[in-house]
Amino acid sequence: MAYSDKVIDHYDNPRNVGSFDKGDDTVGTGMVGAPACGDVMKLQIKVDPATGRIEDARFKTYGCGSAIASSSLVTEWVKGKSLDEALTIRNTQIAEELALPPVKIHCSILAEDAIKAAVEDYRAKQSAPAGAAASH
Amino acid sequence: MTPHFPIYLDYGATTPVDQRVVDAMIPWLREHYGNPASRSHAWGWEAEAAVERAREQVAALIGADPREIVWTSGATESNNLALKGAAHFYKGRGRHIVTVKTEHKAVLDTVRELERQGFEATFLDVGADGLLDLDRFKAALRPDTILASVMLVNNEIGVIQDIAAIGAICRARGIVFHTDAAQATGKVAIDLRSLPVDLMSLASHKTYGPKGIGALYVRRKPRVRLEAQMHGGGHERGMRSGTLPTHQIVGMGEAFRIAGHEMGTELERVRSLQQRLLRGLTDIEQTYLNGHAEQRVPHNVNMSFNFVEGESLIMGLKGVAVSSGSACTSASLEPSYVLRALGRSDELAHSSLRMTIGRYTTAEEVDAVVATLIDRVARLRELSPLWEMYKDGVDLSKIQWVAH
Repeated sequence: MAYSDKVIDHYDNPRNVGSFDKGDDTVGTGMVGAPACGDVMKLQIKVDPATGRIEDARFKTYGCGSAIASSSLVTEWVKGKSLDEALTIRNTQIAEELALPPVKIHCSILAEDAIKAAVEDYRAKQSAPAGAAASH
Repeated sequence: MTPHFPIYLDYGATTPVDQRVVDAMIPWLREHYGNPASRSHAWGWEAEAAVERAREQVAALIGADPREIVWTSGATESNNLALKGAAHFYKGRGRHIVTVKTEHKAVLDTVRELERQGFEATFLDVGADGLLDLDRFKAALRPDTILASVMLVNNEIGVIQDIAAIGAICRARGIVFHTDAAQATGKVAIDLRSLPVDLMSLASHKTYGPKGIGALYVRRKPRVRLEAQMHGGGHERGMRSGTLPTHQIVGMGEAFRIAGHEMGTELERVRSLQQRLLRGLTDIEQTYLNGHAEQRVPHNVNMSFNFVEGESLIMGLKGVAVSSGSACTSASLEPSYVLRALGRSDELAHSSLRMTIGRYTTAEEVDAVVATLIDRVARLRELSPLWEMYKDGVDLSKIQWVAH
C-alpha cells in the first residue's frame, strides 16, 4: 500500500486528537461509519456562539491510515470557517489533498459526512435548547 | 536485509529460499540444463536422475512412494488438478463435493468453478476455534458425495484439522479425500502410509524452497485416478504434461530434505519464540487469539487487537512485515473470510494481525515487535472513538451506526 507523504504525516502527527464535552452547547458531535465497515469517525466542532464560526475541532478515528488522515485534515480545514462554509468541503478536495488512491476514496467521503453530522448536531442543539438534541 | 523491512514475520505468505537450496539449484541452470525428458543423451539422463532424486526427497518427507508424486507449478495448481481431476474422473458415481469455508481460495474458487460445471458443493462451517466438527462433517456426506477437501493447516490462523479422522470417515464411504498441505510441510509430521488421504497438495515456497514449483501426492494403494488438466507430452504418467523444470524440482527436493532433517529442532525453537511473542502481547488489554490455541502450528500467531483497525496498525509497524485480516488490506473491502467463519465480529476481523515465525526469526526480533506493538496499539487506541466508548462503559453492540 503506497501512502502519500501527507497521509503518512497525518498518521504520524495527527492534528487535534481528542474530545470535547458532548454536553457542551457550543459543541457539535458527528459520529459516522460503522465497525463492520472498518471505519468509524467522530468529529467534534466547537462553535463560537458570537460569530457562528468554528473555533476549534477534535477527532477520533477507528480506521486505516487514509481514514485517520482524512479526519485529521478535516479538523484543520474547518477551523475558522462558518458552519455553512464548513459544509462546502467536498470529499474530492480531501482526496486530492491527500492523494488518495481509488480504493481509499470512501475514507474522504466519510470525512465529508462527519462534517455534515457535526454541523447538524450543533444546529439541532441550538433549535432545542432544552437539551433534547439527538446524540450519538 | 532490505532497508524497508528488516524484520520479516510473514513466513505464512512466503519463505526465503534456504541458501543450501539455492546452491543445489544453480548447477541445473548453468552447466546441467538438459531436459529430463531427453532420453537420448547425457544431458537428459542426468537431469532425469536429479528429478527422480528430488522426487524421493519429497516423498520421504510425507511417507509416500516416489511414484505417487506429480510435479506441478505450485499448490494452487495441485489443488486444481486434485479437485477438477478427481471430480471429473469420478462424476459417474455422483456429483456432490464437500469442503470447508476456511479453505484457501485455490480450493474454494476451484470448487465454485466445479459448481458452474454442474457439480453440487457444500461449504461447511467451522467452530469458533477454527476446527471442523466431525459430526457436522459426517452429516454433510450424501450417497452421491464423491470428493471431500479439508486443509491440513490453515494459512491464516494455523489451526491443524483432524485429517486422520476425516480421512477415515471418507475411506469408509469410498469418498476421495483431498487435503491441501501447503502450510503443513516441515511443521507437522505427515505419514501417508498411515494417514488415509488420497490426494495431497504440496508447495515449495512455504518450506524454504523456490516459488513456482509444487507437487500433488496421488495415492497408488488404493489407486486414485485423475483427469489431467494440463495436456501435452504426457509427462508425469499423463497426469501433468509440461517439461519438468529440473532446477525448481531439485530446489523443492532439497528444501524438503532439509525440512525433514531439521523439523524436530526447528519446531522447538519456533515454539519458544511463539511463546515469547504471546507472553509479550497478552499483557495488552482486549486482545484475542484467533483459532485454537493448541491445535495449531507454533509458527502462527493471529491476534485481534480490539478497537484498533488492522491496516492502521500495520502502517505503524515500520520495519516489520506482517499481514492483516483487515478489509483495507485486501483488494476488496471485505474482512478476512476465515476470521468471519470463526464467528468473529467484523470489528475483530478488521483488527487482526497475522504474525508468522520462521527459520530465521530471532528472539531479538520478537522482542522488538512486541515493544513496537505495545506502543502502536496504545497510540492508536488514543485515536480510537471505539476505545473511548469502551472505556466509558458503552455497549458497542447496542449502537445504531450510521453507515454510508
